[in-house]
Amino acid sequence: MVEVQFRFRDDEAVNDAAVTVDAFVAEDFAQTNATAVRIEPGDDARALLPQLDRLALIEVNFPAWTDGRGYSSARLLREAGYTGEMRAVGDVVIDMLGHLQRCGFDAFAPDKALNPDDAKNAFARWDNVYQATVVDGRQAIWAKRHPA
Amino acid sequence: MYKYDEYDQQMVDTRVAEFRDQVRRRISGELTEDQFKPLRLQNGLYLQLHAYMLRVAVPYGTLNSVQMRLLGDIADKYDRGYGHFTTRQNIQYNWIKLDETPDILAELATVEMHAIQTSGNCIRNISSDQFAGAAADEVIDPRPYAEMLRQWSSFHPEFLVLPRKFKICVIASEKDRAAMRLHDIGIKMIRNDAGEIGAQFYAGGGMGRTPMIAPMIRDFVPLDQLITFAEACLRVYNRYGRRDNKYKARIKILVHELGRDEYVRQVEEEFAHLLTQPIEPPMAELERIMAHFANPAFETGAADDLDLSDPDFRLWVERNTTAHKQAGYIIATISLKPVGGIPGDATADQIRLMADLGRDYSFDELRVTHSQNIVLPHVKKADLYTVWKALDEAGIGTANIDTVGDIIACPGLDYCSLANARSIPLAQKISQRFGSAEKQAEIGELKLKISGCINACGHHHAGHIGILGVDKKGVENYQLSFGGSEGADTSLAKITGPGFDEDGVVDAVEKATQVYLANKQGEERFLDTYRRIGMDPFKEAIYG
Repeated sequence: MVEVQFRFRDDEAVNDAAVTVDAFVAEDFAQTNATAVRIEPGDDARALLPQLDRLALIEVNFPAWTDGRGYSSARLLREAGYTGEMRAVGDVVIDMLGHLQRCGFDAFAPDKALNPDDAKNAFARWDNVYQATVVDGRQAIWAKRHPA
Repeated sequence: MYKYDEYDQQMVDTRVAEFRDQVRRRISGELTEDQFKPLRLQNGLYLQLHAYMLRVAVPYGTLNSVQMRLLGDIADKYDRGYGHFTTRQNIQYNWIKLDETPDILAELATVEMHAIQTSGNCIRNISSDQFAGAAADEVIDPRPYAEMLRQWSSFHPEFLVLPRKFKICVIASEKDRAAMRLHDIGIKMIRNDAGEIGAQFYAGGGMGRTPMIAPMIRDFVPLDQLITFAEACLRVYNRYGRRDNKYKARIKILVHELGRDEYVRQVEEEFAHLLTQPIEPPMAELERIMAHFANPAFETGAADDLDLSDPDFRLWVERNTTAHKQAGYIIATISLKPVGGIPGDATADQIRLMADLGRDYSFDELRVTHSQNIVLPHVKKADLYTVWKALDEAGIGTANIDTVGDIIACPGLDYCSLANARSIPLAQKISQRFGSAEKQAEIGELKLKISGCINACGHHHAGHIGILGVDKKGVENYQLSFGGSEGADTSLAKITGPGFDEDGVVDAVEKATQVYLANKQGEERFLDTYRRIGMDPFKEAIYG
């Protein structure tokens, strides 16, 4: 199994084997007791919503970092209230770390280990952000301009 | 116009630092070219046939004189003394060195400019009506909404790696001067029956190898839901746009394959969900931005007449100016299409001269048009002759806007690694063939557009006359088409028949204009006559 290189959670690491989305949702979620699932780019992340509470780990796979579907998957699951670990796996690159984090990822397991100094810089790159993604807990620039 | 606050400035400064770091990692070998490519593209840096090309963003085509001046200085310092204004209202430099790009970006940041998302599979620079804030026919200035969308789309973490590039256009006039419905999302600001301003959304338009006109997907989005609705459109596209074939990856294919109604249903469902998320900026933010676009201090009671005794000036006024909303003022379009010139190119000196004229005679504002020209939006009529004299002396006083001389052309095989044929020499030949002012006046409005490959950067589908360069067994061949339009009456051009060589297509264009002149009724433009009489008479003349 690929190692988690960066994790921004205080709870115990989850290492349950992740099942596919299809296996998890099959026959009304009755076939498996799995608590971890892996989302591939073509999967509909919303299929998990009825049993989101059962999950402690969601892996989102990036076969190529230039396929951005995983960003939407992660963010909409966070919007639906998922609070467990959201782990980016696969072709996870330095330059996207901060953006992944803003979409709700809090663990990163790149295929190839990243240079830790470059990664640290990338996570800390943006002091401010233009959008409220909600799931990253950050205040958008417009909110700072107009404090409530 | 919009002025950065400390946050906006910090965003572009951070980007410069990020890009500098990426270039460092590329040069050190930490990043391979394959890994670096998508990163540099997100910053407008292409590798072309002979050198790197850097595309600098001009948000919604609006510039001040300090920015324009710096664009000229960059052309001198880092390029070969000229720049190329593009159909996306940007400017690009064709002879850039990789290791100098971070310094160029740092210089741009000092005048609130950047190259963010001018390329790559992300939301590109937002385009708009080049006459925004000046046009007599606009409902409201569209640029504050474009600026809202600029900020929202800059480094939007969910939408940085879309299936394909994504172009948004915002207009606010009945007359569409920005080809709004040929964008991935077109937005038309309107006033509804209750007198409220809102946004009408169109989605799935585009040129490229499968040109499509965007259908309307919502007739009215209230201003306090604008960003949320855009976000819903993008999320559906990011999740379901095709990624198996780059030629089928634009949103137009998704809308076409799902059908407009099904795409709308999915967007509305996502929209209803996103409305529960606090992602919409408050109206106070829109008001803050709008304040930046307040009218300049127009002089009231300025003389409304022009001395047209100089016949060359008269011709230029007829061709290159447009009515202004303020009495005593006029909108002047500077043609970057001198006879035999390269469409959209300007020398560093010409760029600096236009900057000075913008500063002295247009309330410090200039615009870039999607037809690759420059606009001085607010010229006092009393100053117009002085302005034209200065332009004419610098070789950019040509009176040919919207005529056959005002050709749109992509860079083509002279620069572009995607091109199949050269566009520039053909544009130059046509421009020379129709070089005389009399000939141009006789033919009147005729929008001719040339693309050097099927990607259609030269907008040939939207040309009254469109020309597409293809490679036919190693020989450049040009396909001719008629009847395209990008205005309120948007239509796509139809191919005439077999293609031509370079000289052959110039002859065919000339024959087509003769057919038009022989059949023209009243005030008909070439396009009107073509629409009335159809393709056959033209075909007969060209191939007969």
